[in-house]
Amino acid sequence: MAATKPIPTLRGEEKVYFEEAKNGRLVYQLCRDCAQRIFYPRTVCTNCMSENLEYVASAGKGTIYSFTTLHVPGHPEFADDVPYTVVLVDLEEGVRVLADLVDCDPDDVKVGMSVEVLFEAVTEDFTVPRFRPSAQ
Amino acid sequence: MNVYVAGTAMTTFGRHPEANTVELAVEAGRAALEEAGVQPEDVDTVYVGNFLGQSLHHQGVLASLVARGLGLPFVPATAVEGACASAGIALRHAVMSCRVGDARVALAIGTEQLTASPVPEVTRGLAEAMDRETDGATGLTFPGFFGLVAQAHETRYGTTREQTASVVVKNRRHGRHNPLAMFREEVTVDDVLGSRPIADPLRLYDCSPISDGAAAAVVTVDRPTTAQSAVEVLACEQASGPASISDIEDLTSFPATTSASTCAYARAGITAADLQVVELHDCFSVAEIVDCEDLGLLPRGEAGAAITDGATTFDVGKLVVNPSGGLLSRGHPVGATGLAQIHEITAQLRGTAAQQVEGAELGMAHNLGGCGASATVTILGRA
Repeated sequence: MAATKPIPTLRGEEKVYFEEAKNGRLVYQLCRDCAQRIFYPRTVCTNCMSENLEYVASAGKGTIYSFTTLHVPGHPEFADDVPYTVVLVDLEEGVRVLADLVDCDPDDVKVGMSVEVLFEAVTEDFTVPRFRPSAQ
Repeated sequence: MNVYVAGTAMTTFGRHPEANTVELAVEAGRAALEEAGVQPEDVDTVYVGNFLGQSLHHQGVLASLVARGLGLPFVPATAVEGACASAGIALRHAVMSCRVGDARVALAIGTEQLTASPVPEVTRGLAEAMDRETDGATGLTFPGFFGLVAQAHETRYGTTREQTASVVVKNRRHGRHNPLAMFREEVTVDDVLGSRPIADPLRLYDCSPISDGAAAAVVTVDRPTTAQSAVEVLACEQASGPASISDIEDLTSFPATTSASTCAYARAGITAADLQVVELHDCFSVAEIVDCEDLGLLPRGEAGAAITDGATTFDVGKLVVNPSGGLLSRGHPVGATGLAQIHEITAQLRGTAAQQVEGAELGMAHNLGGCGASATVTILGRA
């Protein structure tokens, strides 16, 4: 049997996040009490501990805050993927996302580069957001 | 209540594929008790730091196995996990047990066995120090996390690859004199920059090695009566920071380190300028730059240049950082590292170190876990 890439065992809060990813939506939370933007999803606000949180869909556009290209795989099942680039993206809505960068030569990656989200199904049940250079 | 470090010990760090986690802990624990002149039956409590014993070796009840291996009475034996900060946290609990009057003698041990497992399994295990649910699916490694940190520090402060590599050069030069270190050969900046890429911009020599080993410290309420100078615990503080990577606002600083060190300086009643010697958590070259800035040892944004100019080495700097060679030379048996740092600082304050910082009276150890998920800062003084 072929080894599979690590699939998170979803806690309550992440379930919504990954369900939404399957529907092609990158969501974060907005606190209705203090307007804090929260990512990843949580049960209580990271600023004021309110439980009055709503899910909001991001437009999926942002810029690269930092990046690294991996030459040694993080998990034996990523061995065929090296070199691959992992980026921290600052979304326009003000939250930061860690994700894989695709459709980009590692030599061309730069801090501040504009990127946009796409969704890739890792298994039938599990989809992850990834980023690629913006189309413009 | 005053609390002292009465004795310390460590195994050689490196490859011990034949020894298991418990054996390593017992070896270090016995040596520390002997060094302190404490009998096993006088130990009131034991804390054992370890990270991957359960993941790699499928062994639980570690602390009780270690306690029996040491021939301790049936005292409380507690395992502590805080990724790379496991041993620092174990020490803090030993110190707290003494401070609150629960113990007169507390033993802290850190232990790790990594090299008996295949490297991909170890790499996967080390990634357990990240938030698996949220960061795990990207395939980011631990070197990858510090690659992100290096890129962020370069972007914000202009820190160069040569400056980052100079941390490795310094620590390998210090490590030459440490008979317990895994690496005892010097390297050049070109060697570092020419080693194979791991996680850009970091290369092989920017990374501390996968290692086995154990270290231990005996903490007592009674002032040690041995001939060597007594070493007092002036502060042993712990703080948490964001455990998920996207939660970290500024990748050029670890809030857990700044919080723990602020508390430690206040408790000890000193400032960074009072220190002569520091062992800090250089798990990767760039980590030493960030740590020096977070601990207030060097101005923010300037540590890369200052380290390159010798600000933290023998004969040049006002303080010496990582005289033992740090994690980059000594090796990094994850759950043992924090107590190997205490072993070195204790020796420096007693004046018995392999490479002595002359006149050292105040020293500090800084142990960082996960992606800054936790940190401990311990200040020791010659009493």
